[in-house]
Amino acid sequence: MSSILQMRFMLLFSRQGKLRLQKWYLATSDKERKKMVRELMQVVLARKPKMCSFLEWRDLKVVYKRYASLYFCCAIEGQDNELITLELIHRYVELLDKYFGSVCELDIIFNFEKAYFILDEFLMGGDVQDTSKKSVLKAIEQADLLQEVGVGRG
Amino acid sequence: MPAPIRLRELIRTIRTARTQAEEREMIQKECAAIRSSFREEDNTYRCRNVAKLLYMHMLGYPAHFGQLECLKLIASQKFTDKRIGYLGAMLLLDERQDVHLLMTNCIKNDLNHSTQFVQGLALCTLGCMGSSEMCRDLAGEVEKLLKTSNSYLRKKAALCAVHVIRKVPELMEMFLPATKNLLNEKNHGVLHTSVVLLTEMCERSPDMLAHFRKNEKLVPQLVRILKNLIMSGYSPEHDVSGISDPFLQVRILRLLRILGRNDDDSSEAMNDILAQVATNTETSKNVGNAILYETVLTIMDIKSESGLRVLAINILGRFLLNNDKNIRYVALTSLLKTVQTDHNAVQRHRSTIVDCLKDLDVSIKRRAMELSFALVNGNNIRGMMKELLYFLDSCEPEFKADCASGIFLAAEKYAPSKRWHIDTIMRVLTTAGSYVRDDAVPNLIQLITNSVEIHAYTVQRLYKAILGDYSQQPLVQVAAWCIGEYGDLLVSGQCEEEEPIQVTEDEVLDILESVLISNMSTSVTRGYALTAIMKLSTRFTCTVNRIKKVVSIYGSSIDVELQQRAVEYNALFKKYDHMRSALLERMPVMEKVTTNGPTEIVQTNGETEPAPLETKPPPSGPQPTSQANDLLDLLGGNDITPVIPTAPASKPTSAGGELLDLLGDLNLTGTPAAAPTPASVPQISQPPFLLDGLSSQPLFNDITSGIPSITAYSKNGLKIEFTFERSNTNPSVTVITIQASNSTELDMTDFVFQAAVPKTFQLQLLSPSSSIVPAFNTGTITQVIKVLNPQKQQLRMRIKLTYNHKGSAMQDLAEVNNFPPQSWQ
Repeated sequence: MSSILQMRFMLLFSRQGKLRLQKWYLATSDKERKKMVRELMQVVLARKPKMCSFLEWRDLKVVYKRYASLYFCCAIEGQDNELITLELIHRYVELLDKYFGSVCELDIIFNFEKAYFILDEFLMGGDVQDTSKKSVLKAIEQADLLQEVGVGRG
Repeated sequence: MPAPIRLRELIRTIRTARTQAEEREMIQKECAAIRSSFREEDNTYRCRNVAKLLYMHMLGYPAHFGQLECLKLIASQKFTDKRIGYLGAMLLLDERQDVHLLMTNCIKNDLNHSTQFVQGLALCTLGCMGSSEMCRDLAGEVEKLLKTSNSYLRKKAALCAVHVIRKVPELMEMFLPATKNLLNEKNHGVLHTSVVLLTEMCERSPDMLAHFRKNEKLVPQLVRILKNLIMSGYSPEHDVSGISDPFLQVRILRLLRILGRNDDDSSEAMNDILAQVATNTETSKNVGNAILYETVLTIMDIKSESGLRVLAINILGRFLLNNDKNIRYVALTSLLKTVQTDHNAVQRHRSTIVDCLKDLDVSIKRRAMELSFALVNGNNIRGMMKELLYFLDSCEPEFKADCASGIFLAAEKYAPSKRWHIDTIMRVLTTAGSYVRDDAVPNLIQLITNSVEIHAYTVQRLYKAILGDYSQQPLVQVAAWCIGEYGDLLVSGQCEEEEPIQVTEDEVLDILESVLISNMSTSVTRGYALTAIMKLSTRFTCTVNRIKKVVSIYGSSIDVELQQRAVEYNALFKKYDHMRSALLERMPVMEKVTTNGPTEIVQTNGETEPAPLETKPPPSGPQPTSQANDLLDLLGGNDITPVIPTAPASKPTSAGGELLDLLGDLNLTGTPAAAPTPASVPQISQPPFLLDGLSSQPLFNDITSGIPSITAYSKNGLKIEFTFERSNTNPSVTVITIQASNSTELDMTDFVFQAAVPKTFQLQLLSPSSSIVPAFNTGTITQVIKVLNPQKQQLRMRIKLTYNHKGSAMQDLAEVNNFPPQSWQ
């Protein structure tokens, strides 16, 4: 049983099937990405509320959770711990919430690049970089400041 | 040139579009503006334009013309530019495009930037999408950063190294030195990513694994860290619902799993901490259960002592009772993995598992079903089957086929009695009849055949089942077959197990004819019904004429399959009536055959025949050996295979064995009550035939069509005619029926016909109808020869005739050369 586990991608989409964020951790062509996104959105949106947060799709396991009008969806490889992935998703939502102050879908729509920056500070290659909420938020804050101030020569 | 609109402005505008077309128009307009802005090499607004492009890309519109712009942004000195540039690169570029390699130099520079956030951007981009070439070029930089004291960079470098190793496994070695003190870090970020890196290395390389076990003594270090996490007080920075850094705990447990796998010492060293985590972790929230889950996975995978394993399975058992369906799902998945190795422990939770069959979630139901089947055994079969049949009744269609198959398998293995077995099968057929797999029908028929003592019960139940509803094809097929076989038991009112029903022959034929006519019946089902009706002609007494009528009607059916059968059955009535009862005899007990492949039909036939094709004489043959030798001599040498005829039949209307052979291509088992192999199912559409004793191949063409007959011999009043039949599906076989007639005024007695063919052929002679050729052409002796001619060579034959006539022994040899081409080509 292999323990090399990787998150393949994370998607955020609305209940109407509008994509709000897509992060791919495995090289995939644009065409293939579009196809997978379309397919997976259909599958997840068809799920009923009483169903559990995990489903099998293609050769992957999909962990998803709905927060208000947004679905957070992670595709992980078969042997991974789904429960901790749920925690991971929750942590990301908490980070967004702290950053935007009671985050809602509109925040993600109008500030999608920030959503990506936060995600990229939290995860890399599908794995958690830092388990401290405080630490991640501090880094984002400081990087934001840098945008204002500018940076010297490298 | 007015400034390009801001990102948020664009987003707002696009969202006002009411139709797809309107949106497309806006996008196209903006893209055109952005394109011209790019063309002007505008540095100020490049960032804004690329950001807008990324938004439009997310909506699904092409953005490839922005790829190079991303590279320009990355090369810029402004942090804002770099941020968007790297983001754009990660979204728009992938390693398939050569363009991405242009990033390499920029990334290299940025990895050495004075600002850690720029370094961070570079590490992140490399760690997410770096190609193998890029990784090779930049691995050294990453390794350097892995050794820095800056924990912000160190944690990122560790994960970047993981990606590098995934892309270029050979580079693993170079990161080894840097891992030396990683676990001494206090920073949880570094700890976590270090554990991830170590996991990657250990999993990929057995040498690394051994190294870390022995030389680095990784296990005690990990145990220490884990212990601290559990025992230490509340740490607000890493706390999740009262648990300290669950992400780190889970990763450590995972690494311990790899280290403990197949290694007694390591497993022992982690025993205590695993027990501690398993017992002390708070289970009220998902986070605690996530840790428990990982602990269970580790315990089950290493060489843990039995007490620990039982503890793990009990945790899973408790999970099954959890209100949270996610937890139940995870428990079932894990139990499914361990049910083979820890069967007894899992059995203890059987009733909870069975309860999960009633869960609302399909994934949980499916797992519960699989697990239930894994837990069925001789002791619990009755109870389990009750639950499983109930499940079959109420579950979603997507499960029914698998469930039915599972039930059949379990019933076969553990049925407490034959009657229970039949009842269970009946239940499945009536509940989920249309979902039953195609191969179930022949298997069931075989089972029924072998349950001799309850044939009457079985046919009665099946009859009752289809009386009301004959839409479920597998059920109808099995029922039709049974009625055809055991219809006599049905009308005679015998039934051991339950109250026998009163049913007349006409009523039985009514139901079978209804099946024939019904629109719901498939062609295969109709075939079953027609054959059943035909079989009843030898089991019923008063309705033979009705049967004849039905059979003749279907001789002109549009369905070719039915038509063929009807024509053949008609022929049975008309020409081969003397064979009918033998042909349609009750099926004997069948041997279990495993797979469904087309059997090597023609080859095996000869072997099992009482008359072998070698020179071995049959026990009752009249000195055939010398005659065989004669033939050999006369036919000039080694290219002839002598053929020993079968002894003249002392039992002219012999049992099924040889007569069945007329229809060819059956694998006889060589016993007097030879039975055809039931399970040869070359195509799904053909299963029934072999089972009901008739060839699955279309019978040979009607005698008067196609191949002209010949007079093979005519001398001294003895005339022998050959008529030919060939199989459409097996053209190597030619069946010759010889008819010997006698025009003289005295009978010819002790008539023996022998034949020999060249070596490339094989020949089989079946019993003659008698040994007397009556005088004045008042009758004939009929005998069948089967010739196998795989090379399609021209048929030649030597025949030898011996008989007594007018008081003297006669003998003659002749060569038959006038075979029509259609008989062998």
